[in-house]
Amino acid sequence: MTSWIEIGALDDIPRLGSRVVRTPGGNIAVFRTESDEVFALDDRCPHKGGPLSQGIVHNKRVTCPLHNFVIELASGQAVAPDEGCTHTHPAKVENGIVWLSVRQAAAVS
Amino acid sequence: MLDKVTKQKLVVIGNGMAGIRTVEALLERAPDLYDITVFGSEPYGNYNRILLSPVLAGEKTVDDIMLNTVDWYEDNNITLRKGETISMIDRRTCEVVTDAGDRVPYDRLLIATGSNPIMLPLPGKDLPGVIGFRDIYDVDRMIKASTDYRNAVVIGGGLLGLEAANGLMKRGMNVTVVHLLDTLMERQLDPVAGGLLRKSLEERGMVFKMPAQTQAILGEERVTGVRFGDGTELPADLVVMAVGIRPNFELAKKAGLYCERGVVVSDTMQTYDGRIYAVGECVQHRRQVYGLVAPLFEQAKVCANHLAMKGFATYDGSVTSTKLKVTGIDLFSAGDFAPGPDKEEIVLQDANRGVYKRIILKDKKIVGAVLYGDTIDGPWYFQHLRDGTDVSHMRERLVFGAANLGEGGVSGQNSVAAMSDETEICGCNGVCKGAIVKAISEKKLFTLDDVRAHTKASSSCGSCTGLVEQVLAFTLGGDYSAAPKVKPLCKCTDHSHDDVRRVIVEQQLKTIPDVMRFMEWKTLNGCHSCRPALNYYLLATWPGEYRDDQQSRFINERVHANIQKDGTYSVVPRMWGGVTTPSELRAIADVAEKFNIPTVKVTGGQRIDLLGVRKEDLPAVWADLNDAGMVSGHAYAKGLRTVKTCVGSEWCRFGTQDSTGLGVKLEKFMWGSWTPAKVKLGVSGCPRNCAEATCKDVGVVCVDSGYEIHFAGAAGLHIKGTEFLTKVETEDETLEVIVALTQLYREEGWYLERMYKWCDRVGLEQISKRVVDDVANRKALFSRFAHSQQFAQTDPWAERASRGVDRNEFAPLAELELA
Repeated sequence: MTSWIEIGALDDIPRLGSRVVRTPGGNIAVFRTESDEVFALDDRCPHKGGPLSQGIVHNKRVTCPLHNFVIELASGQAVAPDEGCTHTHPAKVENGIVWLSVRQAAAVS
Repeated sequence: MLDKVTKQKLVVIGNGMAGIRTVEALLERAPDLYDITVFGSEPYGNYNRILLSPVLAGEKTVDDIMLNTVDWYEDNNITLRKGETISMIDRRTCEVVTDAGDRVPYDRLLIATGSNPIMLPLPGKDLPGVIGFRDIYDVDRMIKASTDYRNAVVIGGGLLGLEAANGLMKRGMNVTVVHLLDTLMERQLDPVAGGLLRKSLEERGMVFKMPAQTQAILGEERVTGVRFGDGTELPADLVVMAVGIRPNFELAKKAGLYCERGVVVSDTMQTYDGRIYAVGECVQHRRQVYGLVAPLFEQAKVCANHLAMKGFATYDGSVTSTKLKVTGIDLFSAGDFAPGPDKEEIVLQDANRGVYKRIILKDKKIVGAVLYGDTIDGPWYFQHLRDGTDVSHMRERLVFGAANLGEGGVSGQNSVAAMSDETEICGCNGVCKGAIVKAISEKKLFTLDDVRAHTKASSSCGSCTGLVEQVLAFTLGGDYSAAPKVKPLCKCTDHSHDDVRRVIVEQQLKTIPDVMRFMEWKTLNGCHSCRPALNYYLLATWPGEYRDDQQSRFINERVHANIQKDGTYSVVPRMWGGVTTPSELRAIADVAEKFNIPTVKVTGGQRIDLLGVRKEDLPAVWADLNDAGMVSGHAYAKGLRTVKTCVGSEWCRFGTQDSTGLGVKLEKFMWGSWTPAKVKLGVSGCPRNCAEATCKDVGVVCVDSGYEIHFAGAAGLHIKGTEFLTKVETEDETLEVIVALTQLYREEGWYLERMYKWCDRVGLEQISKRVVDDVANRKALFSRFAHSQQFAQTDPWAERASRGVDRNEFAPLAELELA
């Protein structure tokens, strides 16, 4: 069962930007696209662990600030030909509030 | 998605590299637009024709050179009709007719029928054992002959003939090459290089008969020999005719399409019938017919763009280069090298080393290059040739190559072919030669961009680009697709940096979305390459008006610190001209202790770097530094970084002027300005040059009678001494010239293009004219810079430390304690 946690207002995340949610299992990056969709991923690039939350967001992708790996926000997959995957977490917006469901296994790993 | 009934029908005649490359490019741009049918006479999928020579030589197998297997056609819903030949195009009914009489309708037709080997009309040319060298079938026959027979004669001492001869020799045959002229590969080589080539092939056992004209091929049942014009004869069990190729345009001609030496096409690769396109070796474009593979990559792209109805792109012709695919022989040739009254030559000849280089110049530009024995600089010369670079400033060192000009890659290596597989090519990403070669052959890569994407080689600093291109050329045999002359800003657009800058001004575009909309960006929101570039261009064009888009800035410029590998940041406070005080040092020490900053390091630009600061601590660290009177050092910026100085006349017994004071003055005037790439200055108080001013973006060397202004130096990826710009008498003039120069660079430089690259591109003379000679223009540039500084000189640290700017950036959105 998905248990949703309220994490803040959508307006507190910049469009084409990201904010970090701290958890005991590590940081989770919450992204906001131009059309106000939100996505949540572990804040670690599959390449060398770079903080994805600090990257440039374009369409539904983010570019890692360390070595320009491009990660799909929806799936966490690196865009080909790069390989690797970052754990994703369900996220949604309701009435301007962002909700997150932390997938424990992923967050703890 | 459109179904088969409503989709337009595209028929492709020719299942070779040109046709299929176009189809691939079309699928990228418009995957569902057409129902595609491909006809190919050969019973194979699409293979890499360039690599037939290595197959013949036994260095590769047919499987190695397959580009698209039958599965690929299925996966992409393409109907492949292999082994079927088209005998007629019926333009009236828009149908093609196969040799079996089957009629297939088309809405758009692509002719990619390539070329045929020229078979000389000699007596005996149809005897068994006489073949051309064009496809897998020919190679199979040659391999078979090499096991059954001993003597081979190859007619033609050009590229193809020599490769065929080499392959047959490797298969154990006695090979004689017959050539009409007295120079081998006369279309690519001059007599000296041709002679060197002949000598080294002879050392390997190849025999030459030249100049010699073949008169007849002898034999009854099968070829037994060849007779020449001088009456002599040679025994032969196999004769390979490799005198050239002829565009195959019979089909087009029969259909009434306008043909000359090939099917004539426009800049959009259309024939005189707008529904019919043609690409590859069968076409004639702007009076030019290409017998090499490289141009087809550009043609395919343009053709696909048009077929996909995306308009815009045009093909402007190609400049080609050649490399002989004979293992162990390094030879490179490009452009026009025939002597002429208006041409100048630079020649280097070292017989013992087996090295020969000839560079041909015309109007200060490279128009041709022939290299033998040491070809490492081939792609570098070729790039300058294509770009039409004015090379007069490097003329005296030109023949020694890029490495000698500080632009080289791995030192001490002059041939990629001689490198072992373990040799590291890309030092940034640790990619060795073997890995690149493997990726090129296994993943069927053809372009520098492909190699960058798949291996990461040359994707960071780019200093190994020449080497990577060399590996591409070496692996593919020269026919790789070199980077286009006008480079698009990034993959999101076909427009160049210059186009974008010009249109921003002309159309008064003032936001990133406006630019993307007007210039028809291919992606939503662009990417990490174009967004920061557009942000800079808008900021530099509309100072005070454009609102800086934080989300289009690289993280360092967004949080005003440098991100480190572990996600922490480094902080560098400004020290004007490299001068500090005991109280500043005390404040830095206190901050380091208070925030447990693990590393304190002195930088090359005479500043102190605090490394390992956590992001959430940044505002507090800045607040403490601000309290001690320090501001951001912009060590993270594509902007003015540091002015390095020596102590000058205030202390030094040799100092001629107050270099420290001038450095401080320059830095106080120029700090906070954004530039295309980082800008570092140096001011030395005398020609001993302790501030190392002559390898900076801009350097001042003080002398007793005034100030020498230098610029366009580099001491990073490339080592390059500065160019002398001018000498002035006062500090105020020095400031005016340097500021004007920087402003010109701000207005014309491409994003991430360092000042020395800009100078290389635009030319020293051009810059000097507008900054030094034209005084009115210099003053106008100066005042535009000064105007822009009103909006730029706000300390970004103070804004964030005490005025709450971007508060959200530094704090987490939430902290969760999970059960």
